[in-house]
Amino acid sequence: MDERLLNIIADSFWKILLPGLTVTIPLTAVSFLLALIIAIVTAMVQFANVRVLRQIARFYVWVIRGTPVLVQLFVVFYGLPRAGIMINPFPAAVLVFSINEGAYASETVRAALESIPKGQMEAGYCCGLSYLQIMRRIVLPQAMRTAFPPLSNSLIGLLKETSLAANITVTEMFMVTQRIVARTYEPLVLYIEVGFIYLVFCTILTKLQRICERKLDTYEKVQDYAADRRIGGLWKRKERSGGQR
Amino acid sequence: MLEVRDIKKSFGTQQVLKGVGLTVEKGDVVAILGPSGSGKTTLLRCINFLEKADEGTMIFDGETFPLDRMTKKDIARLRRKTAFVFQNYNLFRNKTALQNVTEGLIVARRMSRDKANEIGRQALDKVGLSDRYDYYPSQLSGGQQQRVAIARALATDPEIIYFDEPTSALDPELTGEVLTVMRKLAAEGRTMLVVTHEIRFARDVSTKVVFMEDGRVLEAGSSDVFFANPKEERTRSFLRTLEQERAQS
Repeated sequence: MDERLLNIIADSFWKILLPGLTVTIPLTAVSFLLALIIAIVTAMVQFANVRVLRQIARFYVWVIRGTPVLVQLFVVFYGLPRAGIMINPFPAAVLVFSINEGAYASETVRAALESIPKGQMEAGYCCGLSYLQIMRRIVLPQAMRTAFPPLSNSLIGLLKETSLAANITVTEMFMVTQRIVARTYEPLVLYIEVGFIYLVFCTILTKLQRICERKLDTYEKVQDYAADRRIGGLWKRKERSGGQR
Repeated sequence: MLEVRDIKKSFGTQQVLKGVGLTVEKGDVVAILGPSGSGKTTLLRCINFLEKADEGTMIFDGETFPLDRMTKKDIARLRRKTAFVFQNYNLFRNKTALQNVTEGLIVARRMSRDKANEIGRQALDKVGLSDRYDYYPSQLSGGQQQRVAIARALATDPEIIYFDEPTSALDPELTGEVLTVMRKLAAEGRTMLVVTHEIRFARDVSTKVVFMEDGRVLEAGSSDVFFANPKEERTRSFLRTLEQERAQS
Protein backbone atom coordinates (compact mmCIF):
# COMPACT_ATOMS: atom_id res chain seq x y z
CA MET A 1 0.00 0.00 0.00
CA ASP A 2 1.43 3.37 -0.92
CA GLU A 3 2.14 6.09 1.54
CA ARG A 4 -0.55 8.45 0.23
CA LEU A 5 -3.27 5.92 0.95
CA LEU A 6 -1.97 5.23 4.43
CA ASN A 7 -1.93 8.94 5.12
CA ILE A 8 -5.51 9.31 3.93
CA ILE A 9 -6.62 6.45 6.16
CA ALA A 10 -4.82 7.86 9.19
CA ASP A 11 -5.94 11.46 8.57
CA SER A 12 -9.55 10.56 7.96
CA PHE A 13 -9.83 8.24 10.95
CA TRP A 14 -10.24 11.05 13.47
CA LYS A 15 -12.23 13.14 11.05
CA ILE A 16 -14.75 10.31 10.79
CA LEU A 17 -14.63 9.20 14.40
CA LEU A 18 -15.28 12.70 15.73
CA PRO A 19 -18.77 13.09 14.18
CA GLY A 20 -19.32 9.49 15.25
CA LEU A 21 -18.84 10.53 18.86
CA THR A 22 -20.55 13.90 18.62
CA VAL A 23 -23.40 13.14 16.22
CA THR A 24 -24.01 9.44 15.56
CA ILE A 25 -23.90 8.37 19.20
CA PRO A 26 -25.98 11.25 20.62
CA LEU A 27 -28.48 10.83 17.78
CA THR A 28 -28.76 7.12 18.56
CA ALA A 29 -28.94 7.58 22.31
CA VAL A 30 -31.55 10.36 22.32
CA SER A 31 -33.68 8.68 19.66
CA PHE A 32 -33.59 5.36 21.44
CA LEU A 33 -34.48 6.84 24.80
CA LEU A 34 -37.49 8.62 23.30
CA ALA A 35 -38.36 5.46 21.36
CA LEU A 36 -38.41 3.49 24.60
CA ILE A 37 -40.83 5.93 26.20
CA ILE A 38 -43.06 5.84 23.12
CA ALA A 39 -42.82 2.04 23.04
CA ILE A 40 -43.77 1.54 26.69
CA VAL A 41 -46.74 3.91 26.44
CA THR A 42 -47.89 2.38 23.15
CA ALA A 43 -47.54 -1.16 24.50
CA MET A 44 -49.28 -0.30 27.78
CA VAL A 45 -52.40 1.20 26.21
CA GLN A 46 -52.75 -1.92 24.10
CA PHE A 47 -52.04 -4.24 27.01
CA ALA A 48 -54.52 -2.46 29.25
CA ASN A 49 -57.01 -2.30 26.40
CA VAL A 50 -57.75 1.41 26.73
CA ARG A 51 -60.46 1.77 24.11
CA VAL A 52 -59.71 4.67 21.78
CA LEU A 53 -56.00 4.90 22.60
CA ARG A 54 -55.57 1.27 21.67
CA GLN A 55 -56.83 1.94 18.18
CA ILE A 56 -54.59 4.97 17.82
CA ALA A 57 -51.64 2.84 18.91
CA ARG A 58 -52.45 0.12 16.36
CA PHE A 59 -52.79 2.76 13.63
CA TYR A 60 -49.45 4.33 14.56
CA VAL A 61 -47.63 0.97 14.49
CA TRP A 62 -49.32 0.07 11.21
CA VAL A 63 -48.31 3.26 9.40
CA ILE A 64 -44.77 3.48 10.72
CA ARG A 65 -43.91 -0.15 10.16
CA GLY A 66 -45.42 -0.02 6.71
CA THR A 67 -43.32 2.84 5.35
CA PRO A 68 -39.54 3.09 4.79
CA VAL A 69 -37.62 5.13 7.30
CA LEU A 70 -35.90 6.97 4.44
CA VAL A 71 -39.29 8.10 3.16
CA GLN A 72 -40.22 9.22 6.67
CA LEU A 73 -37.01 11.26 6.87
CA PHE A 74 -37.79 12.95 3.55
CA VAL A 75 -41.38 13.67 4.50
CA VAL A 76 -40.34 15.38 7.73
CA PHE A 77 -37.29 17.25 6.46
CA TYR A 78 -38.18 18.10 2.85
CA GLY A 79 -41.95 17.71 2.98
CA LEU A 80 -43.10 19.42 6.14
CA PRO A 81 -41.62 22.84 5.23
CA ARG A 82 -44.30 22.96 2.52
CA ALA A 83 -46.83 22.86 5.35
CA GLY A 84 -44.94 25.60 7.11
CA ILE A 85 -43.14 23.34 9.56
CA MET A 86 -39.38 23.81 9.42
CA ILE A 87 -37.26 21.48 11.53
CA ASN A 88 -33.48 21.53 11.71
CA PRO A 89 -31.68 18.41 10.46
CA PHE A 90 -30.67 16.95 13.81
CA PRO A 91 -34.04 17.34 15.58
CA ALA A 92 -35.77 16.09 12.45
CA ALA A 93 -33.62 12.96 12.53
CA VAL A 94 -34.31 12.47 16.25
CA LEU A 95 -38.02 12.85 15.60
CA VAL A 96 -38.12 10.33 12.78
CA PHE A 97 -35.86 7.75 14.40
CA SER A 98 -37.62 7.83 17.76
CA ILE A 99 -41.07 7.56 16.18
CA ASN A 100 -39.88 4.83 13.85
CA GLU A 101 -38.03 2.82 16.46
CA GLY A 102 -40.85 3.36 18.96
CA ALA A 103 -43.27 1.50 16.71
CA TYR A 104 -41.03 -1.53 16.42
CA ALA A 105 -40.00 -1.52 20.08
CA SER A 106 -43.63 -1.23 21.20
CA GLU A 107 -44.32 -4.62 19.66
CA THR A 108 -41.37 -6.07 21.55
CA VAL A 109 -42.56 -4.57 24.82
CA ARG A 110 -46.15 -5.66 24.18
CA ALA A 111 -45.07 -9.25 23.60
CA ALA A 112 -42.97 -9.14 26.78
CA LEU A 113 -45.89 -7.75 28.80
CA GLU A 114 -48.13 -10.51 27.53
CA SER A 115 -45.56 -13.14 28.50
CA ILE A 116 -45.84 -12.28 32.20
CA PRO A 117 -48.12 -14.82 33.91
CA LYS A 118 -51.54 -13.51 34.91
CA GLY A 119 -50.87 -14.70 38.45
CA GLN A 120 -48.37 -11.87 38.98
CA MET A 121 -51.15 -9.38 38.41
CA GLU A 122 -53.61 -11.28 40.62
CA ALA A 123 -51.09 -11.59 43.44
CA GLY A 124 -50.56 -7.84 43.20
CA TYR A 125 -54.28 -7.17 43.51
CA CYS A 126 -54.52 -9.51 46.48
CA CYS A 127 -51.71 -7.59 48.18
CA GLY A 128 -53.78 -4.44 47.80
CA LEU A 129 -51.80 -2.86 44.98
CA SER A 130 -53.53 -0.79 42.30
CA TYR A 131 -53.28 -1.55 38.59
CA LEU A 132 -50.67 1.12 37.96
CA GLN A 133 -48.65 0.09 41.02
CA ILE A 134 -48.61 -3.51 39.82
CA MET A 135 -47.58 -2.45 36.32
CA ARG A 136 -44.81 -0.20 37.53
CA ARG A 137 -43.38 -2.38 40.28
CA ILE A 138 -44.10 -5.96 39.23
CA VAL A 139 -45.08 -6.47 35.60
CA LEU A 140 -43.01 -3.86 33.74
CA PRO A 141 -39.70 -4.71 35.44
CA GLN A 142 -40.18 -8.36 34.56
CA ALA A 143 -41.29 -7.53 31.04
CA MET A 144 -38.34 -5.23 30.46
CA ARG A 145 -36.02 -8.06 31.47
CA THR A 146 -37.64 -10.26 28.85
CA ALA A 147 -37.57 -7.47 26.28
CA PHE A 148 -33.95 -6.57 26.96
CA PRO A 149 -32.22 -8.78 24.35
CA PRO A 150 -34.52 -7.85 21.45
CA LEU A 151 -34.38 -4.18 22.48
CA SER A 152 -30.58 -4.34 22.48
CA ASN A 153 -30.89 -5.70 18.98
CA SER A 154 -33.00 -2.69 18.01
CA LEU A 155 -30.47 -0.32 19.54
CA ILE A 156 -27.68 -1.81 17.43
CA GLY A 157 -29.92 -1.61 14.38
CA LEU A 158 -30.70 2.03 15.11
CA LEU A 159 -27.04 2.95 15.49
CA LYS A 160 -26.40 1.81 11.93
CA GLU A 161 -29.66 3.26 10.65
CA THR A 162 -28.59 6.75 11.69
CA SER A 163 -26.33 6.75 8.61
CA LEU A 164 -29.52 7.47 6.66
CA ALA A 165 -29.60 10.88 8.32
CA ALA A 166 -26.86 11.87 5.86
CA ASN A 167 -29.71 12.20 3.37
CA ILE A 168 -31.21 15.07 5.32
CA THR A 169 -27.89 16.89 5.77
CA VAL A 170 -27.04 15.69 9.25
CA THR A 171 -23.24 15.67 9.35
CA GLU A 172 -22.85 12.31 10.97
CA MET A 173 -20.12 9.75 10.28
CA PHE A 174 -21.31 8.61 6.91
CA MET A 175 -21.89 12.11 5.54
CA VAL A 176 -18.38 13.12 6.62
CA THR A 177 -16.94 10.03 4.94
CA GLN A 178 -18.74 10.87 1.71
CA ARG A 179 -17.22 14.34 1.77
CA ILE A 180 -13.71 12.95 2.26
CA VAL A 181 -14.27 10.51 -0.59
CA ALA A 182 -15.35 13.35 -2.83
CA ARG A 183 -12.08 15.10 -2.08
CA THR A 184 -9.68 12.14 -2.23
CA TYR A 185 -11.35 9.73 -4.68
CA GLU A 186 -10.65 6.73 -2.44
CA PRO A 187 -14.10 5.19 -1.95
CA LEU A 188 -12.97 1.65 -1.25
CA VAL A 189 -10.72 2.21 1.77
CA LEU A 190 -12.76 5.07 3.20
CA TYR A 191 -16.12 3.29 3.10
CA ILE A 192 -14.46 0.21 4.60
CA GLU A 193 -12.99 2.48 7.24
CA VAL A 194 -16.32 3.97 8.25
CA GLY A 195 -17.81 0.47 8.22
CA PHE A 196 -15.07 -0.59 10.59
CA ILE A 197 -15.90 2.25 13.00
CA TYR A 198 -19.58 1.23 12.96
CA LEU A 199 -18.43 -2.30 13.70
CA VAL A 200 -16.41 -1.13 16.70
CA PHE A 201 -19.40 0.84 18.06
CA CYS A 202 -21.67 -2.17 17.68
CA THR A 203 -19.13 -4.48 19.30
CA ILE A 204 -19.02 -2.21 22.33
CA LEU A 205 -22.82 -2.23 22.50
CA THR A 206 -22.89 -6.02 22.29
CA LYS A 207 -20.42 -6.27 25.16
CA LEU A 208 -22.47 -3.80 27.20
CA GLN A 209 -25.57 -5.85 26.51
CA ARG A 210 -23.91 -8.97 27.85
CA ILE A 211 -22.76 -7.21 31.02
CA CYS A 212 -26.22 -5.74 31.64
CA GLU A 213 -27.90 -9.08 31.06
CA ARG A 214 -25.71 -10.70 33.64
CA LYS A 215 -26.59 -7.94 36.11
CA LEU A 216 -30.29 -8.35 35.40
CA ASP A 217 -30.12 -12.10 35.70
CA THR A 218 -30.11 -12.25 39.49
CA TYR A 219 -33.70 -13.36 39.84
CA GLU A 220 -33.97 -15.55 36.78
CA LYS A 221 -31.10 -17.92 37.17
CA VAL A 222 -31.49 -21.16 39.04
CA GLN A 223 -34.92 -22.58 38.45
CA ASP A 224 -34.22 -26.07 39.62
CA TYR A 225 -31.62 -26.84 42.23
CA ALA A 226 -32.13 -30.57 41.78
CA ALA A 227 -31.35 -30.38 38.07
CA ASP A 228 -28.35 -28.29 38.97
CA ARG A 229 -27.04 -30.96 41.26
CA ARG A 230 -27.56 -33.57 38.58
CA ILE A 231 -25.35 -31.61 36.22
CA GLY A 232 -23.00 -31.57 39.17
CA GLY A 233 -19.43 -30.62 38.37
CA LEU A 234 -20.21 -29.17 34.97
CA TRP A 235 -21.57 -25.94 36.34
CA LYS A 236 -19.74 -24.87 39.41
CA ARG A 237 -21.80 -22.26 41.14
CA LYS A 238 -21.01 -20.38 44.27
CA GLU A 239 -23.40 -21.16 47.07
CA ARG A 240 -26.18 -18.60 47.22
CA SER A 241 -24.78 -16.56 44.31
CA GLY A 242 -27.61 -17.38 41.97
CA GLY A 243 -26.14 -15.04 39.39
CA GLN A 244 -22.50 -14.13 39.40
CA ARG A 245 -20.30 -16.77 37.97
CA MET B 1 -67.65 -12.71 60.01
CA LEU B 2 -67.96 -13.69 56.36
CA GLU B 3 -71.05 -14.97 54.70
CA VAL B 4 -71.74 -15.46 51.02
CA ARG B 5 -75.10 -16.35 49.58
CA ASP B 6 -76.30 -17.75 46.33
CA ILE B 7 -73.20 -17.16 44.22
CA LYS B 8 -73.72 -17.95 40.55
CA LYS B 9 -71.04 -17.89 37.93
CA SER B 10 -70.90 -19.03 34.33
CA PHE B 11 -68.04 -19.26 31.89
CA GLY B 12 -69.67 -19.00 28.49
CA THR B 13 -72.55 -21.43 28.45
CA GLN B 14 -71.19 -23.54 31.29
CA GLN B 15 -72.53 -22.71 34.71
CA VAL B 16 -69.75 -23.42 37.20
CA LEU B 17 -71.45 -22.16 40.34
CA LYS B 18 -75.18 -22.76 40.65
CA GLY B 19 -76.01 -20.87 43.79
CA VAL B 20 -73.39 -21.48 46.45
CA GLY B 21 -73.33 -20.13 49.96
CA LEU B 22 -71.20 -20.55 53.04
CA THR B 23 -70.54 -18.96 56.41
CA VAL B 24 -67.25 -18.40 58.18
CA GLU B 25 -67.11 -17.29 61.80
CA LYS B 26 -64.11 -15.67 63.39
CA GLY B 27 -61.51 -18.32 64.25
CA ASP B 28 -63.03 -20.89 61.91
CA VAL B 29 -60.92 -23.01 59.62
CA VAL B 30 -63.29 -23.93 56.84
CA ALA B 31 -62.22 -26.59 54.36
CA ILE B 32 -63.89 -26.67 50.97
CA LEU B 33 -63.72 -30.21 49.62
CA GLY B 34 -64.99 -31.78 46.46
CA PRO B 35 -63.95 -33.49 43.24
CA SER B 36 -62.13 -31.62 40.49
CA GLY B 37 -64.37 -29.36 38.48
CA SER B 38 -66.87 -28.93 41.28
CA GLY B 39 -66.28 -25.16 41.36
CA LYS B 40 -64.26 -24.87 44.58
CA THR B 41 -61.55 -22.68 43.16
CA THR B 42 -63.99 -20.53 41.22
CA LEU B 43 -65.95 -19.97 44.41
CA LEU B 44 -62.85 -18.79 46.25
CA ARG B 45 -61.85 -16.54 43.35
CA CYS B 46 -65.33 -15.01 43.28
CA ILE B 47 -65.11 -14.36 47.01
CA ASN B 48 -61.88 -12.42 46.52
CA PHE B 49 -63.13 -10.73 43.30
CA LEU B 50 -60.53 -12.35 41.06
CA GLU B 51 -63.59 -13.49 39.13
CA LYS B 52 -66.73 -11.44 38.88
CA ALA B 53 -69.72 -13.43 40.08
CA ASP B 54 -72.88 -13.19 37.99
CA GLU B 55 -75.05 -13.14 41.09
CA GLY B 56 -74.60 -13.36 44.83
CA THR B 57 -74.31 -11.45 48.05
CA MET B 58 -71.47 -11.09 50.50
CA ILE B 59 -71.73 -10.06 54.11
CA PHE B 60 -68.35 -9.10 55.51
CA ASP B 61 -68.12 -7.79 59.08
CA GLY B 62 -71.83 -7.02 59.00
CA GLU B 63 -71.66 -5.04 55.76
CA THR B 64 -73.60 -6.33 52.78
CA PHE B 65 -72.20 -6.24 49.24
CA PRO B 66 -73.71 -7.28 45.92
CA LEU B 67 -71.07 -9.50 44.28
CA ASP B 68 -72.18 -8.77 40.75
CA ARG B 69 -71.75 -5.01 41.03
CA MET B 70 -68.91 -4.29 43.41
CA THR B 71 -67.32 -0.86 43.25
CA LYS B 72 -63.57 -0.67 42.82
CA LYS B 73 -63.36 1.13 46.12
CA ASP B 74 -65.15 -1.62 48.01
CA ILE B 75 -63.03 -4.30 46.38
CA ALA B 76 -59.87 -2.47 47.39
CA ARG B 77 -61.19 -1.98 50.93
CA LEU B 78 -62.16 -5.62 51.38
CA ARG B 79 -58.91 -6.88 49.91
CA ARG B 80 -57.06 -5.00 52.62
CA LYS B 81 -58.80 -7.13 55.21
CA THR B 82 -58.12 -10.38 53.41
CA ALA B 83 -55.21 -12.30 51.95
CA PHE B 84 -54.96 -14.95 49.26
CA VAL B 85 -52.56 -17.87 48.92
CA PHE B 86 -52.44 -19.28 45.39
CA GLN B 87 -51.99 -22.82 44.21
CA ASN B 88 -48.87 -21.88 42.23
CA TYR B 89 -47.59 -19.38 44.84
CA ASN B 90 -47.49 -16.38 42.45
CA LEU B 91 -44.61 -14.76 44.25
CA PHE B 92 -43.37 -11.59 42.57
CA ARG B 93 -40.48 -13.02 40.61
CA ASN B 94 -38.48 -9.79 40.54
CA LYS B 95 -38.59 -9.40 44.33
CA THR B 96 -36.78 -11.21 47.11
CA ALA B 97 -38.65 -13.19 49.74
CA LEU B 98 -38.60 -10.22 52.10
CA GLN B 99 -39.63 -7.75 49.39
CA ASN B 100 -42.50 -10.06 48.46
CA VAL B 101 -43.76 -9.88 52.02
CA THR B 102 -43.26 -6.13 52.47
CA GLU B 103 -44.56 -5.00 49.06
CA GLY B 104 -48.18 -4.82 50.17
CA LEU B 105 -47.21 -3.08 53.41
CA ILE B 106 -45.01 -0.41 51.87
CA VAL B 107 -46.88 0.27 48.64
CA ALA B 108 -50.51 -0.42 49.46
CA ARG B 109 -50.54 0.44 53.16
CA ARG B 110 -47.89 3.17 53.09
CA MET B 111 -45.94 1.73 55.99
CA SER B 112 -42.38 2.89 56.58
CA ARG B 113 -39.73 0.62 55.11
CA ASP B 114 -38.14 -0.10 58.48
CA LYS B 115 -41.37 -1.11 60.12
CA ALA B 116 -42.40 -3.17 57.08
CA ASN B 117 -39.06 -4.98 57.08
CA GLU B 118 -39.46 -5.77 60.75
CA ILE B 119 -42.93 -7.21 60.21
CA GLY B 120 -41.73 -8.99 57.09
CA ARG B 121 -38.86 -10.66 58.91
CA GLN B 122 -41.16 -11.76 61.71
CA ALA B 123 -43.57 -13.26 59.19
CA LEU B 124 -40.77 -15.12 57.42
CA ASP B 125 -39.41 -16.33 60.77
CA LYS B 126 -42.82 -17.68 61.58
CA VAL B 127 -42.93 -19.85 58.47
CA GLY B 128 -39.39 -21.06 59.15
CA LEU B 129 -37.53 -19.05 56.53
CA SER B 130 -35.36 -16.83 58.70
CA ASP B 131 -32.34 -17.77 56.56
CA ARG B 132 -33.95 -16.93 53.22
CA TYR B 133 -34.85 -13.22 53.45
CA ASP B 134 -32.84 -12.17 50.42
CA TYR B 135 -33.49 -15.12 48.13
CA TYR B 136 -35.40 -14.68 44.91
CA PRO B 137 -38.33 -17.04 44.27
CA SER B 138 -36.33 -18.83 41.57
CA GLN B 139 -33.77 -19.74 44.23
CA LEU B 140 -36.35 -21.35 46.52
CA SER B 141 -38.03 -24.74 46.43
CA GLY B 142 -41.77 -24.98 45.86
CA GLY B 143 -42.45 -25.56 49.54
CA GLN B 144 -40.31 -22.58 50.49
CA GLN B 145 -42.04 -20.40 47.91
CA GLN B 146 -45.43 -21.36 49.25
CA ARG B 147 -44.27 -20.54 52.77
CA VAL B 148 -43.12 -17.12 51.57
CA ALA B 149 -46.59 -16.70 50.08
CA ILE B 150 -48.12 -17.56 53.44
CA ALA B 151 -45.80 -15.08 55.14
CA ARG B 152 -46.90 -12.48 52.59
CA ALA B 153 -50.50 -13.21 53.54
CA LEU B 154 -49.76 -13.05 57.26
CA ALA B 155 -47.83 -9.80 57.13
CA THR B 156 -50.91 -7.66 56.59
CA ASP B 157 -52.62 -9.30 59.58
CA PRO B 158 -55.78 -10.05 57.58
CA GLU B 159 -59.11 -10.95 59.12
CA ILE B 160 -59.30 -14.01 56.90
CA ILE B 161 -56.85 -15.87 54.68
CA TYR B 162 -58.07 -17.67 51.58
CA PHE B 163 -56.05 -20.69 50.45
CA ASP B 164 -56.54 -22.08 46.97
CA GLU B 165 -55.22 -25.66 46.99
CA PRO B 166 -51.99 -24.52 48.61
CA THR B 167 -50.26 -27.89 48.36
CA SER B 168 -51.49 -29.14 45.00
CA ALA B 169 -48.45 -27.94 43.05
CA LEU B 170 -45.99 -29.47 45.51
CA ASP B 171 -44.15 -32.77 45.64
CA PRO B 172 -45.48 -35.04 48.41
CA GLU B 173 -42.37 -34.51 50.52
CA LEU B 174 -42.83 -30.75 50.36
CA THR B 175 -46.53 -30.59 51.23
CA GLY B 176 -45.71 -31.46 54.84
CA GLU B 177 -43.79 -28.27 55.53
CA VAL B 178 -46.62 -26.13 54.17
CA LEU B 179 -49.31 -28.01 56.08
CA THR B 180 -47.29 -27.68 59.29
CA VAL B 181 -47.30 -23.91 58.89
CA MET B 182 -51.04 -23.92 58.22
CA ARG B 183 -51.65 -26.06 61.30
CA LYS B 184 -49.73 -23.54 63.34
CA LEU B 185 -51.88 -20.69 62.03
CA ALA B 186 -55.06 -22.62 62.78
CA ALA B 187 -53.87 -23.27 66.32
CA GLU B 188 -53.31 -19.52 66.75
CA GLY B 189 -56.92 -18.92 65.87
CA ARG B 190 -56.44 -17.49 62.35
CA THR B 191 -59.61 -17.46 60.32
CA MET B 192 -58.99 -19.49 57.19
CA LEU B 193 -60.98 -20.62 54.18
CA VAL B 194 -59.14 -23.44 52.49
CA VAL B 195 -59.84 -25.19 49.20
CA THR B 196 -57.96 -28.44 49.55
CA HIS B 197 -57.51 -32.04 48.52
CA GLU B 198 -55.69 -32.87 51.75
CA ILE B 199 -58.34 -34.89 53.46
CA ARG B 200 -56.22 -35.41 56.55
CA PHE B 201 -55.60 -31.70 56.93
CA ALA B 202 -59.33 -31.10 56.61
CA ARG B 203 -60.10 -33.74 59.20
CA ASP B 204 -57.42 -32.75 61.72
CA VAL B 205 -57.40 -29.00 61.40
CA SER B 206 -60.63 -27.65 60.00
CA THR B 207 -63.55 -26.76 62.19
CA LYS B 208 -66.06 -26.82 59.35
CA VAL B 209 -66.27 -28.59 56.05
CA VAL B 210 -68.11 -27.58 52.91
CA PHE B 211 -68.46 -30.37 50.38
CA MET B 212 -69.11 -29.23 46.82
CA GLU B 213 -70.07 -31.07 43.71
CA ASP B 214 -71.14 -29.83 40.30
CA GLY B 215 -71.40 -26.18 41.32
CA ARG B 216 -73.46 -26.76 44.46
CA VAL B 217 -72.84 -27.34 48.13
CA LEU B 218 -73.82 -30.91 48.80
CA GLU B 219 -73.11 -31.03 52.48
CA ALA B 220 -71.77 -28.55 55.01
CA GLY B 221 -71.24 -28.67 58.72
CA SER B 222 -68.82 -29.16 61.55
CA SER B 223 -65.91 -31.32 60.47
CA ASP B 224 -66.28 -33.79 63.35
CA VAL B 225 -69.78 -34.64 62.22
CA PHE B 226 -68.85 -34.54 58.54
CA PHE B 227 -66.05 -37.07 58.81
CA ALA B 228 -67.58 -39.30 61.48
CA ASN B 229 -70.99 -39.43 59.98
CA PRO B 230 -71.44 -37.99 56.49
CA LYS B 231 -75.08 -37.63 55.58
CA GLU B 232 -74.98 -37.86 51.83
CA GLU B 233 -74.13 -41.06 50.01
CA ARG B 234 -72.06 -39.03 47.49
CA THR B 235 -69.96 -37.59 50.29
CA ARG B 236 -69.33 -41.02 51.70
CA SER B 237 -68.20 -42.40 48.35
CA PHE B 238 -65.92 -39.37 47.84
CA LEU B 239 -64.28 -39.90 51.21
CA ARG B 240 -63.90 -43.61 50.52
CA THR B 241 -62.15 -42.93 47.21
CA LEU B 242 -59.75 -40.54 48.87
CA GLU B 243 -59.01 -43.04 51.63
CA GLN B 244 -58.26 -45.71 49.05
CA GLU B 245 -56.01 -43.41 47.07
CA ARG B 246 -54.10 -42.52 50.19
CA ALA B 247 -53.74 -46.15 51.20
CA GLN B 248 -52.32 -46.97 47.79
CA SER B 249 -49.77 -44.20 47.77
